[in-house]
Amino acid sequence: MTAIRDFFRSIGDAWDGLHPNVRRAIGVAVLVFFIVLPFFFTAGGTFIDNATRALAYAVMALGLNVVVGFAGLLDLGYVAFYALGAFTIGWFGSSFYAQVNHGKGLHIGVTGVTGQLPGIHFNFLLVLVAAVIVCAIFGVLIGLPTLRLRGDYIAIVTLAFGEIIGRVAINGDSLKPFGYAVTAGRQGITPIDSPDLPGLASFGPLDLRPWYWTALGMALLSLFVSFRLRDSRLGRAWIAVREDEVAAASMGVPLVRTKLLAYATGAGLGGMAGAFFAAYFNTVNADQFEFSFSIFILAMIILGGLGSIWGVVAGAIVLSYINTYFIPNTFKSLPHHIGLNFDLTDLSFGIFGFLLVIMMVLRPQGLIPERRRKLELTEGVGAGDSEMPIEVSV
Amino acid sequence: MSEVAPQTAPAATADGPRVAEPGSSNGTILEASGVSKIFGGLVAVDEVTFSVPRRSIVSIIGPNGAGKTTFFNMLTGLYKPNAGAIAFDGKDITRARPDRILAAGMARTFQNIRLFATMTALENVMVGLHARMQAGLFGSIIRLPSVRKEERLAHEKAAELLEFVGLRSSHFHQMSVNLSYGDQRRVEIARALASNPKMLLLDEPTAGMNPQESERLRAFMQRLRDERGLTILLIEHDMKVVMNVSEYITVLDHGEKIAEGKPEEVRGNPRVVEAYLGKQTGE
Repeated sequence: MTAIRDFFRSIGDAWDGLHPNVRRAIGVAVLVFFIVLPFFFTAGGTFIDNATRALAYAVMALGLNVVVGFAGLLDLGYVAFYALGAFTIGWFGSSFYAQVNHGKGLHIGVTGVTGQLPGIHFNFLLVLVAAVIVCAIFGVLIGLPTLRLRGDYIAIVTLAFGEIIGRVAINGDSLKPFGYAVTAGRQGITPIDSPDLPGLASFGPLDLRPWYWTALGMALLSLFVSFRLRDSRLGRAWIAVREDEVAAASMGVPLVRTKLLAYATGAGLGGMAGAFFAAYFNTVNADQFEFSFSIFILAMIILGGLGSIWGVVAGAIVLSYINTYFIPNTFKSLPHHIGLNFDLTDLSFGIFGFLLVIMMVLRPQGLIPERRRKLELTEGVGAGDSEMPIEVSV
Repeated sequence: MSEVAPQTAPAATADGPRVAEPGSSNGTILEASGVSKIFGGLVAVDEVTFSVPRRSIVSIIGPNGAGKTTFFNMLTGLYKPNAGAIAFDGKDITRARPDRILAAGMARTFQNIRLFATMTALENVMVGLHARMQAGLFGSIIRLPSVRKEERLAHEKAAELLEFVGLRSSHFHQMSVNLSYGDQRRVEIARALASNPKMLLLDEPTAGMNPQESERLRAFMQRLRDERGLTILLIEHDMKVVMNVSEYITVLDHGEKIAEGKPEEVRGNPRVVEAYLGKQTGE
């Protein structure tokens, strides 16, 4: 362990010692590498498929990291924003509402065949923006009841909301507020419009590269937002609230506003990734929105290092690859070799759980820890529940 | 309101706080009238009426458990009083939120230092600047020129304040948990000063300090008042500091105000001797 730690530390020190221009050049080189990466692989192959999923999961994880890692609000219902983001594109980017406008449909910024279809069809970018807005609003609504709560109780309330959204997704076909069903129930909404973005020609199952680039762009945007917010007035307020609510409030940090902004930001990023996933899988399947998804994303940020932006990205990529590649491919025949007959994918969550336990024993601060969290875990400082409960008026 | 001891300034009347008191040249900055706090069956603070003249240094003393910190917590909005009214700088702050009270100009420190442990000294002070900054969510993401400028100014102001309270510049970027006890006290005062308050509430600031450090802090408090025009209200156990620095002293015992006045008056008050000083000599 010491050798590994020293290795990472020496890399970190070497990086800090570089000239800013050299660092910038390395950053650009890495970026170019990721942009041209798909050209070396089959256009519709598994590599690009896995990479695309990993990037979209990174967006999800970065969103949850704002809530849990930065602001310290344990959210166990993050799947709600996956669902809401997915339904946003189901509503505004499919033929689900076919009867709209007397069957002629409503089209904004879409071309080609999609422009002729019935239903509501908005341009993919518009849908992404809509998904962010819808989820941010719901993030605030779900956040409101948790404001007077602390720690574990926040987890329970958010968990319940995640379940509620999941149930609504499954039973929403019989929920018709304006004569239009909210969801398609277990049937799912399919097909979803392929994105129609300038410069990226054919989004389809045969050439996955445009999907990859879109996911890469979303991941870069999420990274940018994460870094900018972390080093801002708001980022400091989040850490202050996480460490000591009483002191934060006494120093002029409005608790309600600060917490709700964390919920809204996290939800917005989750919704964006949710809409992307729905388009990528070409379906909004109500059975996907399960509690286990929330845990999957939470496991990513714990594995990577709570609050650490690069750590969270690493955690997302590692778990995504284990989920989509190592378990179904590399280790698929493992049970067979040891004389057992079962599908390893059925054990996915057992494997993730085992990994987390190992991680907690060996390296509780995560793969790439954030310096504050590391102190909290190893020295037992900060982030403790304050002994003096305060009477916050909401 | 029933047992009001001799007042340094006339008490607030029931129909509302008076801002400028005829009795004092500077007026009153803080007025608490009949403030009570009850926890379950325990009356922690019992109808305390109290006022602080502008630009003065006032101490609250009393034995342990007298309700001093509870009273502080009501003034700064951490507790909501069960009865009574509090007015600060002409505004009613009785049930206001802590962050609003800070924005109105009342900042505090805590008895058991409550710095953000994993933030550096400088970051701690920058949190104290929160209320005086504007940057919002989108401005911070885009990092508008105004946001950039504000961050830079906040950074400068924080460094300036840390220098003012006497923290060595080599410690500015130390995590506050790694600072010495005395330095943590300094950072906490700098953090409270960051919001540019009109009034500073210090909860046992000399706790754990040796006589030299206490004396330095006493001089520092006087400097804050004289140079920055601050009003200072402090809870203090060190009688040497209290008697030297305070213009007025209020004594609490079992949640009730038992005496009030100039240091020499309070010192001679038999009730105080009985409740507080008497107890101390018995130890």
